[in-house]
Amino acid sequence: MEFIYEVDGGDFGKAGNASSAVKKILKQLNVHPKIVKRTVVALYEAEVNIVAHAYKGIIRVNITPEYIEIVLDDKGPGIPDIELAMKEGFSTASPKVREMGFGAGMGLPNIKKNVDELNVSSEVDHGTIVEMKTYL
Amino acid sequence: MIQIYHALKVDKDICYGCTHCMNVCPTDAVRISDGKALILKKRCIDCGECLKACPVDAIYVEQDDLDNIFEYQCRIALVPAVFTGQFPTYVSEEEIFSMMKELGFTHVFQAEFMVDVINELMDEQMKINNEKPLISTFCPSVMRLIQVRFPALIDHIASVKPPVDASAAFYRKMLQNQGVPDCQIGIFYVTPCAAKIAAIKGWSEDQGAVINGVINMRYLYNKLYAKIKNNKDRDRELPILPHLSSKAIQWSLTRGEADNMKGRCLAVDEIHNVIEFLERLENDEIPTVDYLELRACDQGCAGGVLLHGNRFMTVDRMKRRAYQLESVAGDVDWKEYAEIIEDRNLFVSKIDPLPTISLDQDFQEALKKMERIRNLMCYLPGIDCGACGSPGCQALAEDIVQKKANLSNCVFLQRMMEKNKKLSSEHAIRIIERTWGRDRLDKDCKKIGAKNEGM
Ligand code: SF4
Ligand code: SF4
Repeated sequence: MEFIYEVDGGDFGKAGNASSAVKKILKQLNVHPKIVKRTVVALYEAEVNIVAHAYKGIIRVNITPEYIEIVLDDKGPGIPDIELAMKEGFSTASPKVREMGFGAGMGLPNIKKNVDELNVSSEVDHGTIVEMKTYL
Repeated sequence: MIQIYHALKVDKDICYGCTHCMNVCPTDAVRISDGKALILKKRCIDCGECLKACPVDAIYVEQDDLDNIFEYQCRIALVPAVFTGQFPTYVSEEEIFSMMKELGFTHVFQAEFMVDVINELMDEQMKINNEKPLISTFCPSVMRLIQVRFPALIDHIASVKPPVDASAAFYRKMLQNQGVPDCQIGIFYVTPCAAKIAAIKGWSEDQGAVINGVINMRYLYNKLYAKIKNNKDRDRELPILPHLSSKAIQWSLTRGEADNMKGRCLAVDEIHNVIEFLERLENDEIPTVDYLELRACDQGCAGGVLLHGNRFMTVDRMKRRAYQLESVAGDVDWKEYAEIIEDRNLFVSKIDPLPTISLDQDFQEALKKMERIRNLMCYLPGIDCGACGSPGCQALAEDIVQKKANLSNCVFLQRMMEKNKKLSSEHAIRIIERTWGRDRLDKDCKKIGAKNEGM
């Protein structure tokens, strides 16, 4: 079953809406609380990344009896060095963004910790695609 | 299967299915069926929002008969500080408590007596608990909320019991040590809310119930206040009872715990605020906090549904009492009780998850049901009017897949079906009657707001 959410860049007040909706769905589907938590933490992190860095993005969530697959596709500046971005503590977020409690450089590493598979691809000046998968 | 106990009941004779309760319930636990409110047991968290919203007092809190106390020789009233906080300040604790003795209690003890011990145990636990923040066990409505809606946060919950449970266990032990046989000890808690009743009645045997019954605070207040009003001699002797510390008096109010725990402590009160906060906590959106005090009621227990007075006045009175006590050193000699206090079993227990929002235990089935819900939502108009007897379109769709309602319950779809000749108007009326009762659409000038109201 597929669920689609749109995310606007720059609107931190709405960051987390998609994660909350997905959380409710996973709970209704009786997914184990620990998996719900991990998935939502990863998704939230990725959703905030779009809000903080991109102009807009689309989140597609696909739930099957075997796995939860989430693809976040954004239009934005892209990530020049993905390997570097995967290192803990690295962040390009502006000071303003950091003050709001976002973008402390936990983004991608934290996502990786909370999902079974992670794939990030990016084109500079174009956008980033984050694909994550968690097995049920 | 765990037996879920609820203290909130609907008086079917009074309820006229007005939907106020259904619209305010924070967990979507109310439906209207046959013209009456129906509380879904699995979802209800006993917060009492429905009781507050009911315009005709059809929702009530089940209570024990006061006469039950006479089954015991040693009859203890366990009274929380908010109880005295409701009386005007010229009425002394001495007077209140001695009047309770006239009602038949042999002892009056204070529910917050164990606050200092609990505070210490909780600080200790905070040091060793892996999950941050540690969540207070104080409010049973919040505990139920976490069990049913936020099971992933269960490990955050402290295992230290709330002061009332601990105090009850303590007094029981104390009386036993004094030679009173256990079967003669009856402890009755004077409750400010339905949630405490549910928590106490929901105790299973093996957890060892230490509280034998509950007394509705509003009922007791009315009884005592009448007695006090008619009482000529104001001077009363306080039945043997240690004074509470200023901290203990304020413990049940908002920030009562948070201000006394070590580290970065946050207090959130009122059930909707609590839900919003837990949602965020679950997303890992909350920066490191060490301790979380959560209360279902606005202003903490001063906002309990069974309190008589205005909650802000109650808080003010309690703060005044606490202020007066600040200079007096607490007169409890803890050394005297060291032996009892060392018995950790009296103060510690664990809470299990009880997730209930899933559509089905089986994932495949749940997935199918969700698919159907999304389909149904294409047809439902999204007006969320509640005229179907469910709190909104989404809730109706969920009820339909759970076989508890039909698509034709939606009044707008009924019109469509009638237009397309899929439903006869007689049948449509029967459907409405099933939800709203047989005589619901008859003229009734005695209903609230109608011309003969109250006649
Ligand atoms: S007590 Fe609260 S949760 Fe239970 S039915 Fe009433 S409003 Fe809903
Ligand atoms: S805040 Fe106090 S009165 Fe309100 S539900 Fe919780 S324990 Fe009961």
